[in-house]
Amino acid sequence: MSAPAPSAAPARRVALSDHAVALLLRGGFGAYVTVLVALPLLTLVYRGLADGPAAAWAAITAPAAVAALKLSIGTGLVAALVNGLAGTAIAWVLVRWDLPGRRLLSALVDLPLAIPTLVAGILLLALFGPQTPIGGALAEHDLAVAYARPGIVLALLFVTLPFVVRAVEPVLHELDPAEEEAATTLGAGRWLTFRHVLLPPLLPAVAAGTVQVFARSVAEFGSLAAVSGNIPFQTLTAPVYILGEVEGGSPGSAAAVSLVLLAVALALQPLSHALARAAGSRRG
Amino acid sequence: MASAPGRSRPVGAAWLVVAAVALYVGGLLVVPLLALTRAVLADLPGVASALTAADALRALALSVGLAAISLVLNGVAGVTGALVLTRQRFLGRRLLDALVDLPLAVSPVMTGLAFLLLFGRNGLLGPVLQSLGVKIAFALPGLVIATVFVTLPFMLRELALVLEELGTSEEDAASTLGASAWQTFWLVTLPNLREGLTLGATLTVARALGEFGAVLVLGGAITGRTDTATTFIHNAMEERHTTSAYGMALVLAAAAAALLLLLQRRSQMPGVK
Amino acid sequence: MGIRVQNLVKNFGPNRVVDDVSFEVRPGELVALLGPSGGGKSTVLRIIAGLEQADGGEVWLDGRRVDAVHARERQVGFVFQHYALFRHMTVAGNVAFGLRVQGATAQDQTARVKHLLGLMGLAGLEDRLPAQLSGGQRQRVALARALAPAPKLLLLDEPFGAVDAKVREELRRWLRKLHDEVHTTSIFVTHDQEEAFAVSDRVMVIRQGRLEQAGAPMEILDHPATEFVARFVGEVNVFDATMHAGTARVAGVTFPPCEGAEGVDGTPVRVIVRAYDLKFWKDDAGVARVDRVLPIGDRVRVEATLDDGAPLFAQFPRRSSLLTGIHAGTRIAVEVTHARAWPIEGASHAGAPIATTSEVRSAAPR
Repeated sequence: MSAPAPSAAPARRVALSDHAVALLLRGGFGAYVTVLVALPLLTLVYRGLADGPAAAWAAITAPAAVAALKLSIGTGLVAALVNGLAGTAIAWVLVRWDLPGRRLLSALVDLPLAIPTLVAGILLLALFGPQTPIGGALAEHDLAVAYARPGIVLALLFVTLPFVVRAVEPVLHELDPAEEEAATTLGAGRWLTFRHVLLPPLLPAVAAGTVQVFARSVAEFGSLAAVSGNIPFQTLTAPVYILGEVEGGSPGSAAAVSLVLLAVALALQPLSHALARAAGSRRG
Repeated sequence: MASAPGRSRPVGAAWLVVAAVALYVGGLLVVPLLALTRAVLADLPGVASALTAADALRALALSVGLAAISLVLNGVAGVTGALVLTRQRFLGRRLLDALVDLPLAVSPVMTGLAFLLLFGRNGLLGPVLQSLGVKIAFALPGLVIATVFVTLPFMLRELALVLEELGTSEEDAASTLGASAWQTFWLVTLPNLREGLTLGATLTVARALGEFGAVLVLGGAITGRTDTATTFIHNAMEERHTTSAYGMALVLAAAAAALLLLLQRRSQMPGVK
Repeated sequence: MGIRVQNLVKNFGPNRVVDDVSFEVRPGELVALLGPSGGGKSTVLRIIAGLEQADGGEVWLDGRRVDAVHARERQVGFVFQHYALFRHMTVAGNVAFGLRVQGATAQDQTARVKHLLGLMGLAGLEDRLPAQLSGGQRQRVALARALAPAPKLLLLDEPFGAVDAKVREELRRWLRKLHDEVHTTSIFVTHDQEEAFAVSDRVMVIRQGRLEQAGAPMEILDHPATEFVARFVGEVNVFDATMHAGTARVAGVTFPPCEGAEGVDGTPVRVIVRAYDLKFWKDDAGVARVDRVLPIGDRVRVEATLDDGAPLFAQFPRRSSLLTGIHAGTRIAVEVTHARAWPIEGASHAGAPIATTSEVRSAAPR
C-alpha cells in the first residue's frame, strides 16, 4: 500500500517561497523590536543631549543627582557582595547536599522573580515599618530599617536574591564527581580540591551572577519607592531621583541622568554576557 | 552533560552554612511575607471591603488585561524572534539580539520616561498623535506599550534556549519526509516548545503584573483609567490607606506564589535555564 | 533510483570538507561510504538528501538534476545517526508522519504503519513514545519512518553508531535482509570497515573529502588503490623496504613480487601485508621470534618480532596445523604469500629501509 505521490511542485518555486517566509519573519520581528525598543531609547538619548552638553552636564552634576547616583552604586555594590556570597552558599546547599525542604528552598529562591518589586517593598514595610513592633523597637534605639539605608539594602537583597543562585546552580550540577575523586586519590585535601577543581568553573558563574545583581540593583525602582522614604541625599536613589525630575517638570534633566544609568547598563551587559559564556564554556 | 554529583549529608561546619542559609532566606523572604499576612488578617473585613471597591477591582482587571495582551503579543514575537535569532544568520543579528535584552537592563522609570518623551504631548511624536486624535501617554495604549516593552525578553529567551538545545535534526527529518515549512513548524517544532512556552508565559505574566515604574510615569496612575494593581498600591500608600495597600499587595503576592508553582518545573531540569 | 554525483565540493569556512567527489550508484544497489570520522562522508550524504547545499558540482537523481530541488521534494528517505525521532509523537505517529504530510487517508496511514512495524519486528509498540524505547528499537522506528512514504532512495548516516556491539550486528543483518526484500537504492555512511563490508554491494572509501577508491568489498581488500585504503581496511603489517630485483626484502624475509611497486630498483617503498597473507612455522633457524599467541574468538593472532626488531603479526584459524608448537619464545620462519607496495611519498615518510645487507637465510616455501 503506497502513499499517494507528492504533487510535483516546480522546484524553484518551493525554494523561493521558503526564503521569502524567512525574510518576512526576520523583517517583521526586526521592525517590532526596532519600534518597541530602539525608538524610545534613542528618543531618551536624544532628549538627554538636546539641551546641549552643558545643560546635560549640569543636570548630572547637580548635588542631589550625584548623591543619588552614589547611593545607587554604593548600595548596589553592597548587595552584589552579600548576595554573591549568599547566593553561592544557597546554590551549594541546593545542589550538593541532601536535605529535607530543598524543594521549598528552591521555590523561595525563585519568589523574587515572580513578586512585583513594589510588593517586595511593602513586605519589608509590613515588617519594619514605623508602626510595627520591630520598627518601633528599632526606633527606640535610634535605628531604622524602613525609610533608611538599611531598608534599601534589604530591598535590593530581596529583589536580586535569585541571580547568583541561578547562575551557579547549573555549574554545580555539571561538575563531574570523578574530577573530585581523582583529586582525592592523588592526595589533595578538601581545601586544595576546592581551590583547584571546584573554584575554577565556579568563579565565572559567581562573577556573572554578581554583575547581574549590581546592574539590577542600580536600576531598581519599585521596592525602593515603597521602602526607602526617598529622602534626598539620604535615601534617594538614582531611579527615584529621575522620577522626581519628571514629576517636577524637568524631563531634560531626568533624561540626562538617565543617560548615566543607561551607560552603566550598556557597559555591564557585554561583561555579563562574556562571564556567562566563560561559565558555560567550561561545562561539557 | 556530566551526571549530578552524588548528594551527601553535610558534616560538621557544613551545618553552620545550612543554618546560615536557612536564616538568611527565611529572614529575608518568609518573615516579611508572614508580617504582611498578619497585618492583613488583623483587619480582614477592612481589607475585604477595600478590595471589593470599584477602583480596586478595576485596577486588578486592568493589570490582568495588560498581562494577557503582553502574553499574546510577546508570545507571537517570542516564537518568531526565537526562530529568527537561532535559525537564521544575517547582518545585524547580534544587534537585534542585544536589543531584545535591553528591557531587562533598563530601569522602569527610564522606560516610562523614554516613551513619554516619544508619545507625550510635548514628545517627539506628540503633535502627530494629537492631530490624529490618538492618545498614548496617560491612556490605555501607553500602558500596553510599556508593559509589552518590559516583558519582551522573557518568552523569547526561554524559547531560544530550548531551540538551541533541540537542534535541527527533527526538522531535517520532517523535511526529508516531505513536510512543508509550515507543517514542520506546526507538527514538529511547536510541540517541542511546549515546556518553553509554559515557562516563558509564566515569567511574562509575572513581570507584567509586577510592572510599576514605567506604567506610573507613562500612565499617571489615574484612578479608574490608568490605575493598575501596582499603582493602586502606590496611591493607597500615598494616601495612608494601608489597609487597601496591604490587601492588594497580598493579592499580588498570592498570584506570584501561584505562578511560582508553575516555575518550579524548571528547577527539576538542571542545566536548562 | 540511480544516483550520480559529480565534482561535489563543499566548504565550511576555510575547510574544504568535500573535495571533488564523483561517483555513481546503480538502481537497487546498497552502497557504503566508508572512511574515518570527519572525512566528509556525512556531508556528501546530506548534500544528496538536500539538507546541505554544495558549493560546487551536481547531483542527479534518476536522471534529473536536483541541485535546486528542496529536500522535501526529492523523495529521499533519511535515517539520522541519533534517530531524530519526533519526541512528542508516538511510534505510530512517527512512522505515519511522511504519509500524513502528503495527505494520505487515516486508513492508509494505519495500514502502512502496521505493515512496516511488522516488518521491523516492532509490532505492538505503536503507542510508545521514543523515550520509552531502547536504542535498537528507536533505530528501527527511524528506519520504518523513512521507508513509510516509499522513497526512491534511502540514505543512512552512521545508523548503527549509537548502539552497542551486539545490537549493531543484529541491525546490520536486518538492513541487508530489508534491502534484499525491498530493493530501494541505498547509501549508508560508516567508519566501521567490518560493517561496510558485511552489508554493502559496493564500498566507496572517502578520506579528507576525497574519494580514494570505489569497488566491491573483495576488490578493495585485495587490490587497494592507495596506501590509505590498504591500511584503513583490515589489519595490516607495514614494512619500509627497498625494491630489489622486482621484489622487496626485509630482514631476510623475501616478499613475492609486490603489486603496485613494479618500479626502479632501489626505490624506497612501503609494503603492506595482510595478517592472513603471512605464514609462520616453527623453525629454530628462523628469522623471527614469537612474542605472544592470542586467541581471539575463532582466530588466533600471533605476534612476533623480526631479528632486526621490526614487529609483525599474523592470523590463523583456531585449529590451523601451522600453530603446532608455536608459543612465546619460539623461533619461526616467515613466508609472505601476498603483498602490495607503494613508493614512499615525501621526505616525511623516508624511514630507513629495513632490508639488511647481510645474507640471512630466507624462508623456504613449504
